[in-house]
Amino acid sequence: MTPVQVITDESLSAPYVNDFCITFSTVNGSGSATANLTVLRALFKMGIPVSGRNIFPSNIKGLPTWFTIRVSEQGYLGRLEKDAVVVAMNQKTILEEADWLVNGGVLLYADHLDLPRMRDDIVLYPMPIKKISSELEIPRQIRTYVENMIYVGILAQVLEIDLSKVKEALAYHFKEKHSALDMNYGAVRAGFDWAAENLVKKDPYRVAPMNATEGYILADGNSAAALGSIYGGMQFSGWYPITPATSLPEALIEYLPLLRTDEETGKASYAIVQAEDELSAIGMTIGAGWGGLRAMTATSGPGLSLMAEYLGLAYYAEVPVVVWDVQRVGPSTGLPTRSAQGDLTFAHFMGHGDTQFIILIPGSVRECFEFGWRALDIAEEFQTPVIVMSDLDLGMNHWLSKPFEYPDEPIKRGKVLWEKDFEAIEERLNVLGKKWGRYLDIDGDGVPYRTVPGNRRIGSSYFARGTGHDDYAGYSEDPETWKRGLDRLSLKLETAKEVLPKPVDEKMEKAEIGIITSGSTYPAVEEARDLLAKKGIRTDYLRIRALPFTDEVPAFICNHEKTYVIETNRDGQLKQLLTLEFPDLARDLRKLSKIDGMPLSAAWITDQIVVKERD
Amino acid sequence: MGNFSRDTKTNAIGLTREDYRGAPSTLCKGCGHNAIAAQIIAACYALNISPEDVVKFSGIGCSSKCPTYFLSRSFGFNGLHGRMPSLATGALFADTSLIGIGLSGDGDSASIGMGQFKHVCRRNLPLVYIIANNGVYGLTKGQFSPTAEKNLELKRQGKNPYLPVDICMEAMAANATFVARAFAGDPKQLRELIKAALNHNGTAVIDVISPCVTFHNLDQSIHSYAWGKKHERQIHEISFIPDREEIVIDEFEEGTVKEIELHDGTSILIKKIGGDYDPTNRFQAFIMLEDAEINNLLLTGLIYLDTKQEPMYESFNLPDAALNRLPNEKLRPADETLEMVNSWML
Repeated sequence: MTPVQVITDESLSAPYVNDFCITFSTVNGSGSATANLTVLRALFKMGIPVSGRNIFPSNIKGLPTWFTIRVSEQGYLGRLEKDAVVVAMNQKTILEEADWLVNGGVLLYADHLDLPRMRDDIVLYPMPIKKISSELEIPRQIRTYVENMIYVGILAQVLEIDLSKVKEALAYHFKEKHSALDMNYGAVRAGFDWAAENLVKKDPYRVAPMNATEGYILADGNSAAALGSIYGGMQFSGWYPITPATSLPEALIEYLPLLRTDEETGKASYAIVQAEDELSAIGMTIGAGWGGLRAMTATSGPGLSLMAEYLGLAYYAEVPVVVWDVQRVGPSTGLPTRSAQGDLTFAHFMGHGDTQFIILIPGSVRECFEFGWRALDIAEEFQTPVIVMSDLDLGMNHWLSKPFEYPDEPIKRGKVLWEKDFEAIEERLNVLGKKWGRYLDIDGDGVPYRTVPGNRRIGSSYFARGTGHDDYAGYSEDPETWKRGLDRLSLKLETAKEVLPKPVDEKMEKAEIGIITSGSTYPAVEEARDLLAKKGIRTDYLRIRALPFTDEVPAFICNHEKTYVIETNRDGQLKQLLTLEFPDLARDLRKLSKIDGMPLSAAWITDQIVVKERD
Repeated sequence: MGNFSRDTKTNAIGLTREDYRGAPSTLCKGCGHNAIAAQIIAACYALNISPEDVVKFSGIGCSSKCPTYFLSRSFGFNGLHGRMPSLATGALFADTSLIGIGLSGDGDSASIGMGQFKHVCRRNLPLVYIIANNGVYGLTKGQFSPTAEKNLELKRQGKNPYLPVDICMEAMAANATFVARAFAGDPKQLRELIKAALNHNGTAVIDVISPCVTFHNLDQSIHSYAWGKKHERQIHEISFIPDREEIVIDEFEEGTVKEIELHDGTSILIKKIGGDYDPTNRFQAFIMLEDAEINNLLLTGLIYLDTKQEPMYESFNLPDAALNRLPNEKLRPADETLEMVNSWML
């Protein structure tokens, strides 16, 4: 426990405005999500940069769950390890949460909870939730849900959250359900009024309106990925529920009818099938990709393990398909509701024999949208599976972001031959005394021309298989044919590198050390670089967005005496891959990775680098 | 029968039998699976189905090598062990006018593939699902399959200690809408069943007892030619009628013939043999299967048919054109919609 420190007048006189962390502690299944999101949205509507993280158990009802809002004037979105304000509604965890508070922090707690011992360096605000609730007219069956709104009101009073913005946030949530809106807002108002009359503010935390969210959106990565895929023309998904990927296909189901119903005919341009398991989900999706549909699915670690065999077949039979891996903590069932970047090496080499998959790694919700459509293009252009590595933190949490951008490139279907195209290529090849073959590399780029079922042109069909095959898709066990086929797949990957998203490179003047990272660690790293710079450690930074690595990566490592590779896993998987690919540069790499289920914090990254640099 | 005669070299769409052939079989001589391939060819030829309108699917095993040996002009995909149904599901959504033929085995569908087999049945995906059932793993050289009878003895394996899976019973339990059993040694009936299956608007399961002459053809075993020939009981004489006007019920003795109309106007004509059996009665179908097992019979024919269930595609509001032919402009929402989408993001 933190050393006791009595609150001084000095700490009270130095207000903290728009730069702290609020954590809500509730019991899973008590309906607190709406209340917590309402606070997040109200702050967003006040123009203050915010991000919201749900830290939840693998459980439906009864276990503790936390929702953390970071309020950051400067727009930092990474996780903070300490809270300034805790709203405690769960008896079982209240002591633990009190420990998370900074000195001078605030503990708002439901006054029916016991406080057996408590730090005296924090501010306590008991909240008579039950008493206030008893004075409201709420149907019994939804009373506990609506009671959450009382703490929203009290918090609004304490932190000076604009009540009209709270109302707007509730209106967004309840949409046409006016009576629900009135009842919930009534509870907010009751809490707010109670606090105005009874609570004496003793803490320095408050929020103040800004205009830093104008033109911004609040979105989760899974919705962004689904929407990006919809704009990418996705047509088929076989899927199976798994945390934390489930909300991605569910977002497809929610948004597809709104965006992809033909205006004239009222018909759907897509099909979504919930499969019996991931083996079937990927089988369906690969079948669809082979059939000429823009096909994708989403899963997480255990599901990806089950999909490995079919993806190996798709790699070898050259079937375009996109798989979103919204990573959680493994091995095994692991921590299903916590975040990690632990599937990277598995996903890249997934499958037996020589396989290598194209990997895309979005680092923001905006990139989730972009990679949603781009992944489908890449998969079809190169007739291969594309694995997009998101994670729970990016996929399920709420991020402040610039709006999604409309794709700036036309849909790319790759080398697909319909009847007329087929005829044309037949003629072209005829001149050369050749015939079309499904796996014949006509252009020398490793990418053959493919046909799809439904092409009625005689001679356009072929028999796809995972067994050895020649240029004409015929069964073959010939050693030379096998070798040539596999080498061509390597060449295809080389060709693909040209269109893969390049790493994002950010330089700092007079920087001596480099940082390489990927995916959701991005906000923490960005903040850590500022903190490090304040301590005199200047860094350049490269965020990898695709595998196989493109030439910018070794160049970056070469340009720095030392490069830290920062990631959320135990073994430093990105560093492992860099080491494999660039063995000569490996001695300049430093592993900086951690896996405890929580997103990395800027403070941790900063401390680690400071210690290492001062050694 | 039909508007072609046996003697002409082409069928009504101008194709010869040759146009339906596949690569030469690499299966053992006498393998029941070759008979299945031959009857698929015969049925497609007889029904004037263009090979370009068919897509073939299979899993892994001897059965799953089979699609190479028929309809070379059709697209095909040889998928993973037991996972042909999922592959077929996704692929057929690309163009629902295509006719799917899935060829699997007892090892493929009743072991690793039991889940996918049963789930495709309950979804009622329009698919002819043929299971070449020989009670043994041929490609790995003679291990027990899940349909092998208890106490069966195989060289190197000893005695099979477990009770068998009855594929038709599993299909029934999974709410399959077309369940049939055939015997590779009885090609005429098999052909008629395949024809009917090709016109069924849903999953049509045909469990074909298809002896493995190399690893499992001892006279006393239930998957052998000898046992099949001795114990086969056709539950009826079945013929598929592509054109209803051709049915001349008068030829049959009154009360001995039942006609079941399929969704496309074709029909199945069932002539009674002995007892009264109504294949549209689910309850009777279960009893029939149980009874066959108790009485040691290889019961063949159309065991169950339900033409009322909707095929899988029905609930998807699909366009008339094939999904895989939709132009790009139908796939990407217009530019101006994105502003609305961004406004939803809060």
